[in-house]
Amino acid sequence: MSTKKEQIWIARDLAKCSGCRKCEIACSLFHEKRIWPEASRIRVFMLAPGTDFPHFCAQCEDYPCVQACPVKALSVSEQTGAVLVDRETCIACGQCIEACPGRIPHMHPTEDYILICDLCGGDPQCVKVCQEGSWNVLRVVPRGNYAHRLYARKPEETARSLAIKIYGEEGERLL
Amino acid sequence: MILGYAGKFLEVDLSTGEVKETRFSDEVLRDYIGGRGLAAKILWDRLGGRWETVDPLELENILLFLTGPLTGFFPGGRICVSGKSPQSNGVVGSTVAGEFGVELKCAGYDGIIVSGEAEKPVYLFVKDGDVEVRDASHVWGKDAKQTVATLTKECRALLSKRFPMKGEWKEPSILYIGPAGERKVRTAVVAAKWTHAAGYGGYGSVMGSKRLKAIAVKGSGSLPEVADMDKVRELMQAVCSDVYESELWRRWGTGSGGYEVGAKTSSEPVRNWQEEWHDEKSFGVDQFESRVWVKPYWGDFGCPTTCLKVAVVKSGKFKGAMTDNPDYELQAYLGTNLGIFTPEENVFLASLIDDLGLCGIQTGNVMGFAAELFQRGILTKDDLDGLELKWGDAEAFASLARKIAFREGIGDLLAEGTYRAALKIQEMKKADVLQYAVQCKGISIGAHGIRSGKDYPENYSYACSVQGGDHTSTACLPLDDFRSELAMMFNDSAVYCYFNIFGIPRNLKFEFYKAVTGVELTQEDWINTKALRILQLQRAMLLLGGPDLKWKPKIHDSNPPRFHEPLPSGPYKGKTVEKAEVEAEIKRYYEAVGWDENGIPKSETLRKLGLEDVDKALEKLR
Repeated sequence: MSTKKEQIWIARDLAKCSGCRKCEIACSLFHEKRIWPEASRIRVFMLAPGTDFPHFCAQCEDYPCVQACPVKALSVSEQTGAVLVDRETCIACGQCIEACPGRIPHMHPTEDYILICDLCGGDPQCVKVCQEGSWNVLRVVPRGNYAHRLYARKPEETARSLAIKIYGEEGERLL
Repeated sequence: MILGYAGKFLEVDLSTGEVKETRFSDEVLRDYIGGRGLAAKILWDRLGGRWETVDPLELENILLFLTGPLTGFFPGGRICVSGKSPQSNGVVGSTVAGEFGVELKCAGYDGIIVSGEAEKPVYLFVKDGDVEVRDASHVWGKDAKQTVATLTKECRALLSKRFPMKGEWKEPSILYIGPAGERKVRTAVVAAKWTHAAGYGGYGSVMGSKRLKAIAVKGSGSLPEVADMDKVRELMQAVCSDVYESELWRRWGTGSGGYEVGAKTSSEPVRNWQEEWHDEKSFGVDQFESRVWVKPYWGDFGCPTTCLKVAVVKSGKFKGAMTDNPDYELQAYLGTNLGIFTPEENVFLASLIDDLGLCGIQTGNVMGFAAELFQRGILTKDDLDGLELKWGDAEAFASLARKIAFREGIGDLLAEGTYRAALKIQEMKKADVLQYAVQCKGISIGAHGIRSGKDYPENYSYACSVQGGDHTSTACLPLDDFRSELAMMFNDSAVYCYFNIFGIPRNLKFEFYKAVTGVELTQEDWINTKALRILQLQRAMLLLGGPDLKWKPKIHDSNPPRFHEPLPSGPYKGKTVEKAEVEAEIKRYYEAVGWDENGIPKSETLRKLGLEDVDKALEKLR
């Protein structure tokens, strides 16, 4: 009896990210049972030092990745609103990466299927560790209309914004 | 099989371009762990027989980048850089924070062993098993920020080109040198992330001597399999929970040192250690927070402390200067030690030192030394190429730092580091300037004095350390004290940040080691056997020394003369360190670690530890 109300979303305040990468550790331990930064569904980019930020699915209103999948390997979880990957069906064609405004999905490092945040079935592990450390970059909120695509930016775009925010006019030359 | 290791090491000979893989036996890994311990073992095995003739800045030196089994697991990622040190002519396990160690293990390697020297500037690009020696002429001469930006872009482009279906590539982790390392400046660092540095030891100059500008690593695998992942998770949580309850370093970084060290314990260098005290309000970290910090928490892989803070000068003549906190050491050495007491000037100098690839501690020390000689009229404006090196003049010190990095004029002499520069100036000026050199065995002393007795309480902290003035590796008794050099050696051998161990139970790091490797290790076994063995190796190579300098324990196991002058100000005014007391303590220390009355490791000690070849090599010193 899931309703829209029960769906969650991870609110994010990227400028606060300390770059500790505990989200990567928690995510990969949950999904892969190992510490595996490149297999984490949330990845911390540091294209210039100090501008570290987590890059992960924003669950756009229209889910362009799901629409782009030629084999219907991607679906939206009714329960959580997350994009679910059927790894048996996925053909690792990368069309979801192209469709994503932030180029967020990435291929599993050793297997042929795409990695997209599944919100850990409604109890996201990355949020827990971020809250525990009181960095509060990540917070769980009920899913709503949050201008999702503002969060689905390419790594270079976010890095540039943060570099300017943190370092001022010098910021751009640091990338 | 011993777990927690990737299982192989990468060997690169830059002279031939040959790349191969090396393995060490489980026995060696059990005894020497990794990082600092393994560095001592590798260097002894490969160079020990001709140690005294190996010039650290020439072809035959070996440069090591070593992780440890706990790297990536124990919160706070680091990598250990080592080789024959161009500062001490011994071995320093010099660690630097960042993701490099984690990336390397994820790429399938526990370490990189670099030998030979390239004909022209190169950098290494490691992507899992693919290792390339690439041209670096376009980044040679570039500063830290330009180098990081260029190589980050270049390596990401290579990855996207080679693996286009993988999606966006995260940046590789990069270790690099600045212009100072390229010119073999002995106070040059191996750096990461602009502001992070392996400073003690001077390995930036070794990297420069090999024409190795940088190493970039991208590992796409997982960290290695461990013996008990549930236990590892539980222990990671225990370390983090402890840190979360402790506010000091989370809030202020080490910057609270201006208050804790500069005011309370009165042991911060002020004007080349002529004083060790300042009023806490004159240079408080709270001023840094309000005036220059733009990001309150910045950290490295897995770190709960995130003691770094990003600092930017927002207006005025130093606008645009950027660095981290600066941390306590650089607040002291590029601040109070130079008579500088404003955050903006301090950030300006730290930012410049980062850019040049210099060590803030070693360079701040040699610049303070030069400024005191100017104050005393021993070095004149003419000697300093027209610079008036007055206390508090940030721009004069900036000019001097550039001269050091580029080895121009007086900078060429000071680029040799405080001790070697003092010897030369002594000869030039026929004056006793060694009395103003605050260093031990070629390594300038960290910003923690011993005169007040309230900070580092042992008066032989530096005198007996096998890493000289390194404030992260000081001698103390009893040997199993949590601050002793033998205890600290574990952190730098298992390779993680020791800032995350202060509140945890003493045995936790050994439990952690067992959960990762599957190997039982007791504190007793570590202190009395394994660490003691590594200590003897380091001591042996330090005393063999050469080729330009050798240390005689009777003379050089001592404090800088300044530490025997009374403190002129502050709450401990008048306090000093008495030579006779130090000598008595040194004797006690020698006995505890099995060295004879002349400070040479005894045959009996070495043989008991299975170091017969070291015993033989030390015969000539006895």
